[in-house]
Amino acid sequence: MATLDFAQLWSPLRLTLELATLTTLLLLVVGTPIAWWLARSKARWKEAVAAIVAMPIVLPPTVLGFYLLLLLGPQGPGGALAGLWGARTLAFTFEGLVLGSLIYSMPFVVQPIRNAFEAIGDRPLEVAATLRASPWDTFWSVAVPLARPGFMTAAVLGFAHTVGEFGVVLMIGGNIPGKTKVLSVAIYDFVETQRWQEAHILAGGMVVFSFVVILAMLVIERRTARVGT
Amino acid sequence: MTGDSGSISVDLSGQLGAFTLGATFSVPMRGITALFGPSGCGKTTILRCMAGLQRLQGRVALGPEVWQDDAQGLFVPPHQRHVGYVFQEASLFPHLSVKDNLQYGAKRVGAAQGRSIAFDDVVQLLGIGHLLDRSTRALSGGERQRIAVGRALLAAPRILLMDEPLSALDKMSRDDILPTFERLHEQLALPILYVTHDLGEVERLADTLVLLDKGAVTAAGPIRALQLDPKLPLLASSEAAVIIEGRIVGIDTAFALTEIGIDGGTLLVPGTHGPIGQMRRLRITASDVSLARSAPHGTTIVNSLPGRIVAIDDSGGPQVNVIVALGPNGDGLRIAARITRKSLVTLGLAIGDAIYAQIKGVALIASRTSLVS
Repeated sequence: MATLDFAQLWSPLRLTLELATLTTLLLLVVGTPIAWWLARSKARWKEAVAAIVAMPIVLPPTVLGFYLLLLLGPQGPGGALAGLWGARTLAFTFEGLVLGSLIYSMPFVVQPIRNAFEAIGDRPLEVAATLRASPWDTFWSVAVPLARPGFMTAAVLGFAHTVGEFGVVLMIGGNIPGKTKVLSVAIYDFVETQRWQEAHILAGGMVVFSFVVILAMLVIERRTARVGT
Repeated sequence: MTGDSGSISVDLSGQLGAFTLGATFSVPMRGITALFGPSGCGKTTILRCMAGLQRLQGRVALGPEVWQDDAQGLFVPPHQRHVGYVFQEASLFPHLSVKDNLQYGAKRVGAAQGRSIAFDDVVQLLGIGHLLDRSTRALSGGERQRIAVGRALLAAPRILLMDEPLSALDKMSRDDILPTFERLHEQLALPILYVTHDLGEVERLADTLVLLDKGAVTAAGPIRALQLDPKLPLLASSEAAVIIEGRIVGIDTAFALTEIGIDGGTLLVPGTHGPIGQMRRLRITASDVSLARSAPHGTTIVNSLPGRIVAIDDSGGPQVNVIVALGPNGDGLRIAARITRKSLVTLGLAIGDAIYAQIKGVALIASRTSLVS
């Protein structure tokens, strides 16, 4: 049996954690205003926007990855963007992976936050308005604290989905160690090369990770239900 | 309507579900004004429009402050109108402690505006000192509503808008909180607009009344004038009554009666209520008043006051309402007597006649004193 190369295990793990953390933080920033708008707007076409945001749930990851590849490649807007710092393309880069993950994991962040905002209802916001709070003030002092369980669910789901991403990464990231070779791709690789021990360690870790995520979700949900009473 | 304190003026119109709301009224910017009418008549909508939470076409002004004037394209957002709003449900912020709920608005009132009422005063007035350290979840309905009122008051409002604040409470909590509302008005000199469909609350609290029906204002004015207006449903109802105010002038300890002086005579009320000199609000039900040509003798009714008939509301039914001005010259308070038409005809009662009003029951309903005369 070959000796374990811990660098080969640690590199994809670290990259995955970096990608998932960055993606989750960015999604909270980008997704919150979208979720607020979807929850509060009376625009008739808002469900169309909601559908676009939710599409990655049903689209095969390879389809999403294919279009992203065109988008990020030298001929797409991603290539033009990369040109700003002298690169030729965003495909097969960490930045490209972050962009892809943002789109791929977006619905898992927007939906829980939207639900949480909707669950607040009009009343607390009206109360705040009659107590001299401007809409901006009300958002931060009432809406966000009341939607906190939604934000926690969103963060957990967004992070977990980014960690589990495979198809999209394969299409737009490839398999470059230290740059785009994330956990799921590494497991695939280890299996392909019959390095069962490494595959076992990473896959087993993912099982434990998934369990912790689901458990966290259930605990958050229970707490939300308690707040509601 | 006094010029110095100004008036609350509302002129709103718009489509509201199945019916059209068209409400125009102007009431004094002092005392408690009740918006009274059946459910769904649009009274809550009017209150919400005053706060800016909802928008219909028209104009809303509090004295010199105009909050909405569509003619000038003016609409002040709710957080810039200085209103205190008490909703039907207390709607406390669940993520804040009782104390933080109370201080939410207070923190946002600009220092320049000056706090009109101190935290400790509100706590004392509402009797909520023992609740400050509790979680909002550990409060009863009545306690929650007290906190909601305190929260609104601490935001230094120029008017307090209350939307059926008692309707979600059980009777015991209601009886418990009503005296607080009376004190509130006495001690704060804050105009209050009070939405209710409960006539008991109106009689107990209101100085001015706005009657609403199906989105339109039927009448607006001092409560007593509206109670005696034959054109309005109040006098026609089986509970027709008049609210009067009097001062405690004596206490008969031997028979446990309180003597209350009113404009046009003195009334005896069961029980010893004190102290002498204080004002009390009384309710005299029209069906508890009977009329006699001469001073009655040998009767168990202790309250018999001279007066003169000033109006007769005869709608042709078996009963008629006779409006009597108390006092030998008929220049005192007016009350309504509900008698049979047969009695009216038999005694040949007519406007201007001197009569005696025998009042079988006088209910002392509140200690508040600011009825607009």
